[in-house]
Amino acid sequence: MAIDCLVLGAGQEVGKSCVVVSINGKRIMFDCGMHMGYTDHNRYPDFSLISKSGDFNNALSCIIITHFHLDHIGALPYFTEVCGYNGPIYMTYPTKALAPLMLEDYRKVMVGRGEEQQFTYENIIDCMKKVTAVDLKQNVQVDKDLQIRAYYAGHVLGAAMFYACVGDSAMVYTGDYNMTPDRHLGAAQIDRLQLDLLITESTYATTIRDSKYAREREFLKAVHKCVSNGGKVLIPTFALGRAQELCILLDDYWERMNLKVPIYFSAGLTIQANLYYKVLINWTSQKVKDTYATRNAFDFKNVHQFDRTLLDAPGPCVLFATPGMISGGFSLEVFKHWAPCESNLITLPGYCVAGTVGHKLMSGKPTKVDLDKDTQIDVRCQIHQLSFSPHTDAKGIMDLVKFLSPKHVILVHGEKPKMDLLKSRIKSELGIECFDPANTETVSFPSTHFIKSDASNAFIRSSLTPNFKFPKDEITDTPSLHVCDERVSEGILTMGKGQKVKVIHQDELVTMVGGGKTEVEFGYCFGLNLCSLKNVSKEVRVSNGDDSLLGVLNMKLSDEFGELGVRDCKGSLEVNSFRVRVCKNDDCPHRVDRDELSERLECVFFCCNWSILDKSIAWRVISVMKNMDL
Amino acid sequence: MYTYTCLSQSRGYNLPSCHMVNLSGFHILFDCPLDLSATTIFSPVSTSLYEQTFTTPSSKKLLDSNNLIPIEPYYKTIEGVHLWNVSLIDVVLISSPMGMLGLPFLTRSKGFSAKIYATEAATRVSEFMMKDLVAMHMEFKQLYGPQETNFLQLFNWEELEALPPSLKEIVLGKNGTHLGSWMPLYSAADVKECLQKVETLKYAEEACYNGTLIMKAFSSGLEIGACNWSIKSPKRNISYISSSIFSSGVAMDFDFHALIGSDPLIYSDFASTLGSDYANALEFNSDDDILLNSDENSEEMEKMEFICSCSMDSVKDGGSVLIPIGRLGIVLQLLELFALHIDSFDMKVPIFIISSVAEELLAYTNILPEWLCNHRQEKEPCIVFCPHWSLRVGPVVHLLHRWHEDPNSLLVLEEGIDTDLALSPFKPIAMKVLECSFYSGIKLEKVPQLLKMLHPKQILLPDYTKQLFEPLSKSLPCLFYTEFETLCLPNSNNLSELNIATNLASQLTFSKMKNEELSISRLRGELYLEHGKQYLIGGKEVKGLETEIGLLVHWGKVDLESLVVELEKVGVKGSFECGSNVVNVVEPNKGFIEVKETSVVISSGDESFGLLISDVVLSLLNGI
Ligand SMILES: [Zn+2]
Ligand SMILES: [Zn+2]
Ligand SMILES: [Zn+2]
Repeated sequence: MAIDCLVLGAGQEVGKSCVVVSINGKRIMFDCGMHMGYTDHNRYPDFSLISKSGDFNNALSCIIITHFHLDHIGALPYFTEVCGYNGPIYMTYPTKALAPLMLEDYRKVMVGRGEEQQFTYENIIDCMKKVTAVDLKQNVQVDKDLQIRAYYAGHVLGAAMFYACVGDSAMVYTGDYNMTPDRHLGAAQIDRLQLDLLITESTYATTIRDSKYAREREFLKAVHKCVSNGGKVLIPTFALGRAQELCILLDDYWERMNLKVPIYFSAGLTIQANLYYKVLINWTSQKVKDTYATRNAFDFKNVHQFDRTLLDAPGPCVLFATPGMISGGFSLEVFKHWAPCESNLITLPGYCVAGTVGHKLMSGKPTKVDLDKDTQIDVRCQIHQLSFSPHTDAKGIMDLVKFLSPKHVILVHGEKPKMDLLKSRIKSELGIECFDPANTETVSFPSTHFIKSDASNAFIRSSLTPNFKFPKDEITDTPSLHVCDERVSEGILTMGKGQKVKVIHQDELVTMVGGGKTEVEFGYCFGLNLCSLKNVSKEVRVSNGDDSLLGVLNMKLSDEFGELGVRDCKGSLEVNSFRVRVCKNDDCPHRVDRDELSERLECVFFCCNWSILDKSIAWRVISVMKNMDL
Repeated sequence: MYTYTCLSQSRGYNLPSCHMVNLSGFHILFDCPLDLSATTIFSPVSTSLYEQTFTTPSSKKLLDSNNLIPIEPYYKTIEGVHLWNVSLIDVVLISSPMGMLGLPFLTRSKGFSAKIYATEAATRVSEFMMKDLVAMHMEFKQLYGPQETNFLQLFNWEELEALPPSLKEIVLGKNGTHLGSWMPLYSAADVKECLQKVETLKYAEEACYNGTLIMKAFSSGLEIGACNWSIKSPKRNISYISSSIFSSGVAMDFDFHALIGSDPLIYSDFASTLGSDYANALEFNSDDDILLNSDENSEEMEKMEFICSCSMDSVKDGGSVLIPIGRLGIVLQLLELFALHIDSFDMKVPIFIISSVAEELLAYTNILPEWLCNHRQEKEPCIVFCPHWSLRVGPVVHLLHRWHEDPNSLLVLEEGIDTDLALSPFKPIAMKVLECSFYSGIKLEKVPQLLKMLHPKQILLPDYTKQLFEPLSKSLPCLFYTEFETLCLPNSNNLSELNIATNLASQLTFSKMKNEELSISRLRGELYLEHGKQYLIGGKEVKGLETEIGLLVHWGKVDLESLVVELEKVGVKGSFECGSNVVNVVEPNKGFIEVKETSVVISSGDESFGLLISDVVLSLLNGI
């Protein structure tokens, strides 16, 4: 069994996230995004790589969408309504509620730009009907073998990481996530899982973010300075998430500073989104939840709806407008009006896709921006880039990878050079296989598989019984503090024709096969010279008594085999199964070389017997004993 | 082996059953309800107020004029739970908001340390119910004063025996054993402490206890947040079905797919069949669709329509409607229906929900709060939803006093309490009383087909269903339980599932058994338990002499003649005398081989020679 990971989008880039993973015979598409930087066929993932014939229903087990951002969901209506995919689609409840708004907003922008529309409003509605909404941590059985589960990802409302498992193999696809809590969303949370594969975003593969509060203060200072000079502030944002966070921030600040300058939301979207926030309060951070009962953090006192006639009205104001990267729509319209004036301020989100106005403003300090062949806008206003982004930074990625310790990591949703650096860190610091495939590339590796067997109770019990050893301290005769518990499970695996593999305890095998257990033992009785025994210890006065003979032997053996523990039992010494005692029986069956030895008079016989298990120890002990007899 | 004890059988929606299971050495308690119907033995708040004016404080008056007990009520818990040593309970699983009402008694007990799991919604709804109960009970405290009257010490045994039969049965129980289950109500602090100990889950979310038990809650359809449980352990998968409804008006539908194939299935949903006569023998439906295609909800809607139209009639006649029903799902549906009716009749009828927590509760269930109003009682006709269905505590008591003699008013009661007893303090009653019953479980005739579909290896059913299910025992492996009797159930086999790592398996060396189609191999690894599954993985190599050879096992018999022949083949010469069991080895070295019943003893003075002989002996034995 294997895992094949085909990257259709967001490979070494940001945009059109789409990864198709085959895991133990199931095929899951994670995200179905579009690229904002293209207007040609490059805007969508190359779906033909999934199925040449276009039979996507048989080629895919399901689609999982992590959140409502267009680079993760933008191609979904196209894929279902135009390409004809009819199978199951999963996303969280908030994503399902908010996605149609985002898609419709985007569709209008496309139409507004005079582009050919890729899907209609009806397509969006029909597409959303096919979606099954899931709750966080709910185990969803897609089919008999495939189970998925969503985990909180922060980032934006409804964003989730998805866990998928088939048989013994499991993986997580993060989508976009945030490892530090926001003002309005919590940090990503996931269980410690056994994973074959982790596919993680890497937008900020090398950045370590500084204190959030410093960045918030900077933002507030820039806005305050602008409005106190009579300027207008344009905050292009996506409809959801960031807008609410910035709004909480500004509303708070306005209260504290007693500012009267109006704050506006561009019509529709954000207000509507705020309504959803109220419904979906369960998904917000603990702080927002705690204050919800007394004060709705999303009821902004100082925020009003924007009226188009206010565009050229005199006086300062702050305006939130969509879309976030000034790629068209209302934010572009406002930009055209406000950019030429020096006293105005435009804030930009942390990340802008190439090809958008936002991206052009971020690169260097342009004085002019070309909108198209005929339109050029003078840019004299100030630009402030918002550096607090809802993506995790490099530390967050490393923390997550370390926490999950998957067998393999695949990086997507980032920029090649930075991803390379992160990749080598994951390999060297965490010792985990890491890949960053480009679009259309496939990464393959074997998947985890366990052999299913039945284990007997006796085997399990013997494995769970602690195997403590208390090596005895020979001098004080007390158990030493050093305890070892090497719990190794020993059993017998049996395989019969047409039967399930069975693991049993060895004692059960004997009963199973019906025969009695037969021990194989050794015996050896040999003589040693009494004088040489006496010479071993000069301090100890040795009499001819058997006990003192064994005492001498004990001293010698303890010296040599102390680590095994020499036990002094009445009349005999034992090392494991090896047992030695003084033998007075002239007909002893273990006396094999009787003739030769009977000539030696000053001789004491030692009778030894041992199990086959201790065959090498036994002969080591015997050789030590014989060496005493020189 | 596992054990199972039923601590109390279900007696309807308001009193779910209570069970204890010992699985893999862990004690799991299912539900901890409170028998609130027993509160009817006490005088309601307001009547006792009137009573007080007639009694002198010095006289010992045990019963009021309605034959009820005029003291601050005690509450009746499940006796079996408290007989248990609470410190032994490892896990508590809650199946419905009602299953949680007795939990603060348990969590405040000394030594309680169990982990409690419940769905988020059941916890919230139960929280509202408990807070409401505590708040309503405050009225008694205000009435009787802060000092507690010990209900149990109020009566001596003769006085208990002399109680009216209906009271006596509630106080003592049928067998006279219930006296120990009465307790003074918990406090708001107890409720808070209890709730802090609850781990809330979503439907189908996995909770893992001690790495061994994996528990998941699945919607039962009975009520918002109500659930059935599936518990997986390496040895067995248990399912617990509490009262369920296939398709419900408000709650999520009964999700039974995850409960298929359990061993055993504890089926305790017979609340709705209790007391009814089983006229027909039970049989299987041929079609699963009939089972799933549910008419329950439409029947429920009809009942509610009827309640609405009766209510409208009362209102038109200038009366008021009092609905002390505690079932949240029913209340929500009735609210919606009333709104429709009132709209269509173009009437202006205020609907009130009176409760200390109603606003919070309805906000939680996302109902528009236009109907809300706290503690307003108007003279014009109105419809009032209020607690408590026991008719002893809460606003219902005061409203009944106001309306009981108005023949135009209507009281809607839910079946399940002794109506005579419940209404006794409000006599004479001129207002209309509508008793209605709603489904609080699966219809009996659907149970066999459901059980068959769930395909359990064993089903545990209450003993009173024996005559019904025994005839079906060919297809349904049933076992019947009696309250308080612990069933010890042996494992069907002594096997459990083990996952062996492939790299470990690939290192195995197999040997074929003589005369048998069995291959065996010695297996060595590290066993660990994670998330309810057992794994055996390649362990670290173990150092030390004693394990170098491993533990060897041999079996079979050595026959002296073959032994001599085999020895010869490796150049060892030996012989034995007839009748002796010793082979005398002479060449190349001297030695003896003694063959005994359970052992073979090789005597030799030379290590390698000894080993040579032992190799020959082992070749004649089976071994590993
Ligand atoms: Zn995103
Ligand atoms: Zn993204
Ligand atoms: Zn001997």
